[in-house]
Amino acid sequence: MPKVTVDGLEIEVPDGATVLQACELAGKEIPRFCYHERLSIAGNCRMCLVEVKPGPPKPQASCALPATDGQEIRTDTEMVKTAREGVMEFLLINHPLDCPICDQGGECDLQDQSMYYGRGATRYRMNKRAVTEKYMGPLIKTIMTRCIHCTRCVRFSEEIAGVDEIGAVGRGEDMQITTYLEQAAEHELSANVIDLCPVGALTSRPYAFEARPWELKKTLSIDVSDAVGANITLYSKGREVMRALPRINDAVNEEWLSDKGRYQVDGLMRRRLDKVYMRRDGKLQAAGWDEAFTAIAEAVAGDKGSIAAIAGDLVDCETMFAAKALLRACGSNLLEGRQTGMAYDVSNLAAVNFNSSFAGIEEADAILIVGSHVRWEAPLVNVRLRKAAKRGAKIFIVGPAWDTTYPAEFIGTDLAILNELPSHIAETFEKAERPAVIVGGAGLKNAHGKALALAAGWGAAFNVLHMSASRMGGLMLGYAQKGGIADIAEAKPKVLLSLGADETDYASFADSLKVYVGHHGDAGAHAADIILPAASYAEKDGTYVNTEGRVQFAEKAVFAPGDAREDWTILRALADALGVEVGFDSFGELQSAMIAEVPALGEEGLADYGALPEADKNTRAEGEISAYPVRDFYLTNPIARASEVMQRCSSELLHAGELQEAAE
Amino acid sequence: MADRSPAPDTPELRARWGSFAFTEAYKVKADRHIAKYPEGRQKSAVMPLLDLAQRQVGEETGTQGWLPLPVIEYVAAYLDMPVIRVLEVATFYFMYNMRPVGKHHVQVCGTTPCMLRGSDALFETCKARGMKKGHVSEDGLWTLTEVECMGNCATAPMAQINDDNYEDLTPERLDAVLDALAAGEQPKAGTQEPGRHTSEPYGGVTTLKEMVDENHDYRSEW
Repeated sequence: MPKVTVDGLEIEVPDGATVLQACELAGKEIPRFCYHERLSIAGNCRMCLVEVKPGPPKPQASCALPATDGQEIRTDTEMVKTAREGVMEFLLINHPLDCPICDQGGECDLQDQSMYYGRGATRYRMNKRAVTEKYMGPLIKTIMTRCIHCTRCVRFSEEIAGVDEIGAVGRGEDMQITTYLEQAAEHELSANVIDLCPVGALTSRPYAFEARPWELKKTLSIDVSDAVGANITLYSKGREVMRALPRINDAVNEEWLSDKGRYQVDGLMRRRLDKVYMRRDGKLQAAGWDEAFTAIAEAVAGDKGSIAAIAGDLVDCETMFAAKALLRACGSNLLEGRQTGMAYDVSNLAAVNFNSSFAGIEEADAILIVGSHVRWEAPLVNVRLRKAAKRGAKIFIVGPAWDTTYPAEFIGTDLAILNELPSHIAETFEKAERPAVIVGGAGLKNAHGKALALAAGWGAAFNVLHMSASRMGGLMLGYAQKGGIADIAEAKPKVLLSLGADETDYASFADSLKVYVGHHGDAGAHAADIILPAASYAEKDGTYVNTEGRVQFAEKAVFAPGDAREDWTILRALADALGVEVGFDSFGELQSAMIAEVPALGEEGLADYGALPEADKNTRAEGEISAYPVRDFYLTNPIARASEVMQRCSSELLHAGELQEAAE
Repeated sequence: MADRSPAPDTPELRARWGSFAFTEAYKVKADRHIAKYPEGRQKSAVMPLLDLAQRQVGEETGTQGWLPLPVIEYVAAYLDMPVIRVLEVATFYFMYNMRPVGKHHVQVCGTTPCMLRGSDALFETCKARGMKKGHVSEDGLWTLTEVECMGNCATAPMAQINDDNYEDLTPERLDAVLDALAAGEQPKAGTQEPGRHTSEPYGGVTTLKEMVDENHDYRSEW
């Protein structure tokens, strides 16, 4: 632990800290452009100059200088001030100073730091450099003249995303940041470079010229595009969510966000259900709330218990609990959340949880992935796996090959290989100190038991990687039948409440009155007999539990459009229509009732599911993984499917070059 | 500075160079470079391999050689590395030509020491022979490039033509070199000053005089 003096203040810094970090610890702000906590050190912007003794009698770049015992660091001397002014002046020589028309304006590092550390006025009278725009895909807009060559974007795509596609070509004044032949950046985290860019060179294309940061209302929310539960901030203007940006949470998303979580928000304004609809003569027609409630009450008249609920992928725990309370009051327990018909055993929730935790999986030294296209199902977990691989973890994957961003061995699509693993794999896991097993959606059906047994045999951490934001919350609230959704279909409920369930096959519910309580006109609404317009994740408070069992709370950013109401109020009103008591009249009461029933939902943080079940050593895995559940990364939920940006990403990045045929 | 952007990616370029592969002889050399580095570090050999590729292109085209995009992609695939990383290297170093060049690539140094010693006159000489900076001459023989310091300041001004340096140039001496090259001869490389061998001072050595004939131990005199 070296002891250093920063501006006369003596502090002790951790081993391996840099001078910049030492200054931060001492509470001194050091301006920087190229330095970023989560990227390698480049040391090329020179903005972080400080004076260090002992050392050469000149300012030194603090980001690349290790802190050593007895150093005397000054950040407040005339030399440092002049040095910063000089660097800033050089940076601004080739910067266009077009802040009034720049989307970064108001949240720009260069703008802020030039105000604090720059000279008041320019001395430069010559021509400035201009650089042509580079195409980087449908999400990233480039104005390369503004680039100050910090290379954060280059380092991000190489180190974090693991897809080497951005680079700096040329040298000196002619250096330009580009992708090879200006191809689109094709990975699921590409838009994070927009956040990283300290200037306005890389900005958000869909958000271009939409709003200024100071006119936006910030709301803390949770991303529902996958089961990672990335922490986000929703920026809204009036009734519209303008953008979603990641919040820093080292345990969950660090400071990244998948492109889907970031850009599906424009789908919140499209294809919305904003009126009550009822199917009359085979056609959905606008109707009133009372009519709809009466129709539902008539359908279950005499047999109140014949009502079932299917939870969609995006719903919060409160909605699910409200539906559960309603069904219980009616005398039914037909709850299910696994829309696609999965029926894995949920008697012990630890067996369907990501027990390593996201931060923990980084430490694993041998990882077996069974049936998960991690890059598409949870891009931010893939980032963690890449970190593990970089630390030397051996990764084996059962399932069809996909483009990993780290060295991994695909060991076939036949699950039977788990019964007798090839000797080099078995040996790796037996020798590993911190092995881990990850079971994905494609492996849960046929290999869940075998994977549990393998993990138990190796003493490995057992993880299940879910894909939907509502899954763990739903399972905690009992949204699971023994036989899955087939049990519900068998019970032939008179009324089927669909809580935004859009991936369900409604053909097996032909005789039920299908009531869709959701926010988008997607598959569920098409099949419905009655549509009750509800709120999306941005329009209601709610609790979400991610795939590692982390309970997180999201806040309401905007109001739902038109007649749409928050889900719980719809279900509360429906209770009155059905003449039953659910025991809550406000959101607060609903939440207390929910927490009283499932105390874990009342505490933010990892829920405790107890120990893993005894694994049956004689289970055998059989069957073939022919495909992964996610067919198109950009179109996995109704919001994303309604989003123009996601549709464009899908057609340009995933289906580029495919012949578009006119619909006949 | 010269334009370092790669030649445009056209169908013609793909047709001409799309099937580029190292010949047996070049492959042997390439693998020898790769073998210098530990396993898994084959990327470290990117610079010599780009040079070899450029030389092979040169042989095929009868010029000094250059690096079309498909060739850069071939090198990237050969070393199993992202093509953007190879392009970064290729566009960074001046010894890789990003555009087609003539048979003789005349790189005249224009940095301060050479300029003070008369490099402007060398450019005039080249211009008088029909060369234009950054262009291949009409007969396909010459490409003129102005480069930064080549480290021959003691024998300035200088020009590098393909693999050889020609130093202590005057317009007449450069003319003689270029005439010889045009005639297919190989002029003497290095200094063109009569009586000078390398970069020793004019009129004989001024220091370490005892070292001229035999090795001398100066340590006792310190």
